[in-house]
Amino acid sequence: MTVLGKAIAHESARGHVTGSALYTNDLLPRRGGAAYAWPVTVPHARARITAVDTAAALAAPGVLLVLGAGDVPGENELGPSRRDEPLFPSEVQFFGQAVAWVIAETEEAAKLAAGRVVVDVEPLPAVLSIEQGIAEESYLTEPLFMRRGDAEAALAAAPRRVSGELFVGGQEHVYLETNAALAEIDDSGHMLVHSSTQHPSETQEIVARVLGVSRNRVVVQALRMGGAFGGKEVQANAWAAVAAIAALKLGRPVGVRLDRHHDMTLTGKRHPFLARFEVGFDDDGRILGAKVELFADGGWCLDLTEPIVYRAMFHIDNCYRIPAITVMGRGVRTNKTSQTAFRGFGGPQGMVVIEDILDRIARTLELPPRLVRERNFYREGDETHYGQPVRDAARIERIWSALLRSSSYDTRRAEIERFNATSPHAKRGIAITPVKFGISFTATFYNQAGALVIVYADGSVQVNHGGTEMGQGLHTKMMQVAAHTLGVRLDQVRAMPTRTDKVPNTSATAASSGSDLNGAAVKRACESIRSNLAEVAAAELAVPACTVVFEDGQVFPRDEPSRALDFSALARKAYLARVPLFSSGYYRTPEIHFDKATGTGKPFHYFAYGAAVTEVEVDRFTGAYSFRRVDILHDVGDSLSPLVDLGQVEGGFIQGLGWLTLEECVWDARGRFATSGLSTYKLPGLGECPLELNVALLEKATEPGVVYGSKAVGEPPLMLAISAREALRDAVAQFGSGGIIELGCPSTPETVYFAIRERTEAAGGARRAAE
Amino acid sequence: MTSFLLNGQRVQVGAQDAHLSLLQFLRERGLTGTKEGCAEGECGACAVVLLRRDARGLLRYEPVNSCLLLTGSVVDHEVLTVEGVADAGRLHPVQSAMVELGGSQCGYCTPGFVMSLFAEYYRPDRVGYDPEAISGNLCRCTGYRPIRAVAEALGTPDGADPRQRRLQLAPPALGSVSLEGARSFHRPCSLDEVFAMLERRPDIAITSGGSDLVVEMNQRHRRFDAVLSLENVTELRGMAWTADSLRIGASNTLTELEPVIAGKVPILEQMLPLFSSRLVRNRATLGGNLGTASPIGDSPPALLALDASLELVSAAATRRVPLADFFLGYRKTALAPGELIAAVLIPLPLPEVQRFYKVSKRVLDDISTVAAGFSLRRGTDGRVESARLAYGGVAATPVRAHAAEDALVGRPFDDEAEARVRPLLEGAFAPLDDHRGSADYRRAMVVELFSKFRFDTSAQLT
Repeated sequence: MTVLGKAIAHESARGHVTGSALYTNDLLPRRGGAAYAWPVTVPHARARITAVDTAAALAAPGVLLVLGAGDVPGENELGPSRRDEPLFPSEVQFFGQAVAWVIAETEEAAKLAAGRVVVDVEPLPAVLSIEQGIAEESYLTEPLFMRRGDAEAALAAAPRRVSGELFVGGQEHVYLETNAALAEIDDSGHMLVHSSTQHPSETQEIVARVLGVSRNRVVVQALRMGGAFGGKEVQANAWAAVAAIAALKLGRPVGVRLDRHHDMTLTGKRHPFLARFEVGFDDDGRILGAKVELFADGGWCLDLTEPIVYRAMFHIDNCYRIPAITVMGRGVRTNKTSQTAFRGFGGPQGMVVIEDILDRIARTLELPPRLVRERNFYREGDETHYGQPVRDAARIERIWSALLRSSSYDTRRAEIERFNATSPHAKRGIAITPVKFGISFTATFYNQAGALVIVYADGSVQVNHGGTEMGQGLHTKMMQVAAHTLGVRLDQVRAMPTRTDKVPNTSATAASSGSDLNGAAVKRACESIRSNLAEVAAAELAVPACTVVFEDGQVFPRDEPSRALDFSALARKAYLARVPLFSSGYYRTPEIHFDKATGTGKPFHYFAYGAAVTEVEVDRFTGAYSFRRVDILHDVGDSLSPLVDLGQVEGGFIQGLGWLTLEECVWDARGRFATSGLSTYKLPGLGECPLELNVALLEKATEPGVVYGSKAVGEPPLMLAISAREALRDAVAQFGSGGIIELGCPSTPETVYFAIRERTEAAGGARRAAE
Repeated sequence: MTSFLLNGQRVQVGAQDAHLSLLQFLRERGLTGTKEGCAEGECGACAVVLLRRDARGLLRYEPVNSCLLLTGSVVDHEVLTVEGVADAGRLHPVQSAMVELGGSQCGYCTPGFVMSLFAEYYRPDRVGYDPEAISGNLCRCTGYRPIRAVAEALGTPDGADPRQRRLQLAPPALGSVSLEGARSFHRPCSLDEVFAMLERRPDIAITSGGSDLVVEMNQRHRRFDAVLSLENVTELRGMAWTADSLRIGASNTLTELEPVIAGKVPILEQMLPLFSSRLVRNRATLGGNLGTASPIGDSPPALLALDASLELVSAAATRRVPLADFFLGYRKTALAPGELIAAVLIPLPLPEVQRFYKVSKRVLDDISTVAAGFSLRRGTDGRVESARLAYGGVAATPVRAHAAEDALVGRPFDDEAEARVRPLLEGAFAPLDDHRGSADYRRAMVVELFSKFRFDTSAQLT
């Protein structure tokens, strides 16, 4: 009966398919007198600006303004935590940084005039790689540590050891909707900013800061985003700030829209990481001790680099018990875009490293990688390396064995061996990998949310909450939570655009926490209204309030459904009886904490689990590959909205697959981001979607302490794609014989080709030596 | 008056509009359902459909990237956008299926998918679905599985469907377009008009499908005083098999070429699905792909393997140039001022053995790191009479490996031949390092693709 847990379409799906769903940049042609902005960029990785000549640009047709530091009424600074991010810089910090903005009557005029602004610079030496940053001690953070046991002693005592280095590439978000903002003076004379932002409250804070006004003078609205994936968590602020400064100066609406090239060259990406590790283990493949160093390429300013490094460190264990470990993480400062949040937030990079290590252990011992993984699983009662008990550790084994069965892993392994025996140039590989992902913001104060639910006297409902809709289906879930809690039909509920004047001081919609936090707040607001209505209904129906049931738009005594009142009629009666029909709801995640000094605590409310099996076929001649079949079993608790959750699991997997295979971020020797368009940066297309993709959600998985027993789903499935990387490695292993396989990350066809060649040449060398 | 039919409404096009992409034109008019995702024809978020005849003369809906389509080019056309698909508020079947099967998440790519699927839904004599139909649309959220499910479940339009009924009527008649202004646009119908224009404005920018020129405008902000589009010139269109050749008009789209070569020219059949995407192939032409003379174009290696030649026309004369002599240097060709590619001629009989290979990161809708076109002709004794080993992406122009070709002639194509030729290919070219691949990888691919050719054809040749 209830809509909760039902597979329903995205609340805006009808708008998506008809083109009527509006995005920030779609508002511009609907505003009379809007002006357009275009950035002036400098082609140096690092340079001091000595002069800016705007005369020719200002003389160009249609040009209204060229914005620079002198036009900022407040503070020329965007940094959300550290003040290291000037909006208009005096020193260029990365290739293509915007140093001024042209505002014109049309986008065409602004675009053409931007090329006429002359910026004189004095080039300065730049830091362009993690290694160079380490050598020159160019850092964004102090070294961060987590320690469990005595890693040195454990390594010394271990019968076997491997050490190595792994570079893990970055990833460009490629949300289909590039960054956009539209600022206008509202009818009360104050600033209203429409922004494609995951964090309207922070966008509001930054706009207020650059304008030099208090936050109550600024309203930010986030209607919906055309994808974000973390890329609009912090980095939507700059464009909103530019639009707001220009709108204030001109007294007319101003829109900023980055084209794809600017979006890719001005905004940050997933952090590339360099990992160095040494691991000790026994002859069965059990890890005894480990030392791991994780260096993140953070780009030019701090942004979210510190918590991202922390999350990589938190996930260096994935599902595995490491009795003694020291992990050090550090953000390196380079002259690149400021790398930022991206689905998984450092967790995927940490997890790739431990999975790489486990494969090295397996190949050193000539054991099946699957077996080595199993032997290292956490068991009930274990604690992580930061001291948090691994609650529900048994789920790892439960998911693992169920997936091995449902994917016919053993049968297919045998089939693959038969295929490979008769196929000299095309080989298949298969791998299974698990995921354990910690849910909560590791900055504890972010784990709070608010909602404002309104019932009108006709029984219709508006739901406001602090979360933003970026395609992940948050509004859909919130409508389901509200409809279920109030006992109304889904069509009586409307999800409102996210606005800072409805729910204040909100957290970013990030860390997979959107539905956990906002869902709990919406639920509480609805419960408060329902309890008011129950009193009215109890009087009307002459039964105790505790026996009144709200369901599907009907309100009735528990034992007499036939005596139902219509919810709309009840709302009307409540209004006439002077009973409040709106309520705020507030939620904070209980019992989470983390102490940076000791590197210990309980940073996560719970863990989300999953596992995936991927089968690939690789071509020796070119290194090209195809994904034949993928099986996934993932834990979303009791799903609030199965179609939405299925979409998150599948979409997250393919996005992770792209990161680990095709998506290569290339910076050239000058520090220019060379893959700055969709013709050079390749995200997965239809051809990369496995021919067979079987996704199941774990049953009987109720998560206590989370809204209606559900679990977060945004980020964890991305890391299921590590199975694809390991399957590629398994296929490479089929050429030649034995030993560790170094596989670059991302594993592009070129990377796979050279890995195969190294292996076949090594095998050839060994054969020749034997002869 | 110059105008076109937009979702059933007549819309005027002035000279000031002609150089706008159709995408910009639509959005400025508030039709914001059509989205810009990349402005270079890679993502398909801007897809709209045009009503056009296919190579067999059947009228059909053809999806195209509106970001690469100059508004001047759509004069006289019938255009449907995502806003024009639903019928009086009732969702079109492809729209309902996208809603029900979870085909949209953020929704930004969705209008483009809807238009590609809409066109596929009405494709004449469709059986099942063609994966190519959505190969030019990128989605960052769903991972494609639900959208593929929509494509697999496409129903069949019934006879009462007004969109289906429209296909039974006459196609829009495309006249000559001449829009003079600060920026002019010309879309003539005949070569006479073309040459008159070239005489008047020798510096005019020439295009056909627009998939190269408009990328220059969008990405490098190049602006032209005047554009001459050859897309509708009668003499540059038309494909025909004759006794000694296959003639392909320079302005025929690659999509039009597909049924003509199906089952007949394997190397082109292998090349075309890898050539960008359906959305681009619906506009792009061989004339454009050869005329732009990119070293990484997909068609040159295949056409070099077929010993194709080009028919070049000018106001004064017509001449024939072998494709092998056409590329003079990086983006330099044998075209004289005032000269155009009229047609590609592929001599018959075709080589007995033909293969096309493309090395790229993504399987579909990618630009090649290295491409290769190989062909062999053998005598009755099985010995190679002639060989063509042509490559893209390894030099400043598309190139042939002449020494290796020569070494194959006169002997069987066997293990020994492969072993003899590999060293000749190893140092044959000096490719560059770039973001698509390293020089080492490209050098390796020159050799490995040849071995792959040998392996893939070994069954056919024994």
